[in-house]
Amino acid sequence: MTQVKEKKKTLLKVTGLKKHFPVTKGFIKKETIPLKAVDGIDLEIFEGETLGIVGESGCGKSTTGQMMLGLLPPTEGTVTFEGKDLTSLSKEELRRLRKDLQVIFQDPFSSLNPRMTIEQLIGEPLKIHGVMQGKQLRNEVIRLLKTVGLGEHHLKRHPHEFSGGQRQRIGIARALALKPKIIICDEPVSALDVSIQAQILNLLRKLQKEFKLTYVFIAHGLPAVRHISDRVAVMYLGKVVEVADRDSLFEKPIHPYTEALLSAIPIPDPTKRKEHKLLEGDLPNPSNPPSGCRFHTRCPYAQEVCKMKDPELTEYHEGHKAACHFPLQQ
Amino acid sequence: MRMFSRIEVKKELTLEETKTDKKAYSLKWLKVLLNSKTGTLGLIIVVFMVLMAILANVIAPHDPAQTDVVNRLVPPVWAEGGNPDYILGTDNLGRDILSRIIVGSRVSLLVGISAVFLAGAIGLVLGLISGYYGGFFDRVIMRTVDAFLAIPNILFMLIVLAVIGPSLMTLIFVLGATTWVMYARMVRGETLSIKERDYVRSARAVGAKDIRIISRYILPNIISSFIVIATLNVATTIILESSLSFLGLGIQPPDVSWGLMLSDGREYLATSWWVATFPGVAITITVLGIIFLGDWLRDVLDPKTKTN
Repeated sequence: MTQVKEKKKTLLKVTGLKKHFPVTKGFIKKETIPLKAVDGIDLEIFEGETLGIVGESGCGKSTTGQMMLGLLPPTEGTVTFEGKDLTSLSKEELRRLRKDLQVIFQDPFSSLNPRMTIEQLIGEPLKIHGVMQGKQLRNEVIRLLKTVGLGEHHLKRHPHEFSGGQRQRIGIARALALKPKIIICDEPVSALDVSIQAQILNLLRKLQKEFKLTYVFIAHGLPAVRHISDRVAVMYLGKVVEVADRDSLFEKPIHPYTEALLSAIPIPDPTKRKEHKLLEGDLPNPSNPPSGCRFHTRCPYAQEVCKMKDPELTEYHEGHKAACHFPLQQ
Repeated sequence: MRMFSRIEVKKELTLEETKTDKKAYSLKWLKVLLNSKTGTLGLIIVVFMVLMAILANVIAPHDPAQTDVVNRLVPPVWAEGGNPDYILGTDNLGRDILSRIIVGSRVSLLVGISAVFLAGAIGLVLGLISGYYGGFFDRVIMRTVDAFLAIPNILFMLIVLAVIGPSLMTLIFVLGATTWVMYARMVRGETLSIKERDYVRSARAVGAKDIRIISRYILPNIISSFIVIATLNVATTIILESSLSFLGLGIQPPDVSWGLMLSDGREYLATSWWVATFPGVAITITVLGIIFLGDWLRDVLDPKTKTN
């Protein structure tokens, strides 16, 4: 890339985003300490890029995705899409904005209404927004099917007649129908076979080029994220611990948690031995996160200060931010 | 791997040959029906019963209310002492049981089916609202349901019937108004589970309005269990009508219903079994027919049912 500084346009911006789920206990439903699924996140997504979000199960990455879509109201913070704050929009305004914000779900077996035909499923978004109807609608559905690698003869079938990979293609076609600007892919390949994963990832890349899409790619599999993302954000227990562009994150991780995640990727070469820095213990309870740095209970480099003070997300290189008192590679 | 892909291709071809266009799809219900023996049987039974109810006055050999004091409690024709005039025998007043069953089918079918429709409609709407919107609506509706469940059904019906006065319409209304609660509970439960599915989220993500989500995403996915429950309930409702008739607040003589006949025959069960047995058999057969038909309907609505 040339050194000419291009001003990248921010498409979606998330500031101070929090989501606390109330936890009720007992007969009188007394509210106890809330479950802090997402606890203060700042992220920026630039037009045309793919931002990968990775983290363990339960770290709040899917909740973040739901809030970015405006499907889940945040407890605190804002989601700004093209200058509009999603949290301040009315239900109807939000509904109209759906054209620009779409989602691909994780489980292709539960994300398609089993009672609808493929034609209905893919035509549904266009019908809802009154974009087209009748013969025109059918032709558009056929065109969409072809873009995702399916054909006209699939129109009248129901989801149960398809394999997981095919269903995910249908889900993608449905998301594409309204020509969105941004698609949140919520673990779109986690439920698929490895051979199919590559197909779907390549399809997503092809579509991105073709339609100039912006992706937020949520996943827990690092290889998939590396394959598709331009930048990657690592989440731990409801917080972003590191954001960087793909190569610097995978080559030179700053946060110990990222390092541990990377070292957990198996190398497909039996002659090479790798020193695994496996994490011990489980993810702490998100309704009662550890004091100071949330990672200190499992961090191999943790010291006294980590228990006391929560580290800020600081920029170490151009676009490479991490939240750690004792950053690696320094 | 190669083998698999070949099979895949082959399957694709055959499916392409059987082009499921609109006409073929509309024929699906017939195909499914003729494929299932129970479905066909159910249809035959229900059509037979409905025809019987419509043509009751024409086909009934006797006036159902006419008494014949000489021929009281005559056994059916094949039993000892049977009279060929009265094929299924007579009751304690010498009325022809066959004619009474034929004419009684009118009230029984009408009450059984309309009360289920009424209760089902109320329960479906309230259950959907309660489950989908939750919050205030849910609390109000579910507390009402609890209240209905806490009061003994019969007591409630007796009070209402005693105040309004028994008639066919009030009977249907009262039966519908007391049995809706179970539909409401079931529909609410199903709605609660389905509204958390990804496909409902995806509907919201493409901007579907609530009414569309309910009618196109939730309703089609709960309708199967709903139909099963509703058809089973036709039986309960016919029996419930008989209890009310037995207590004197249901069908009033000289009108006749299967339930009324059943309760009339109760006293003679030890000596003249036929008085209560035949209306009972009529109820059983009708209910079976409706259940079979309901199973068929459920299969038609399920896209997973194969037509070939």
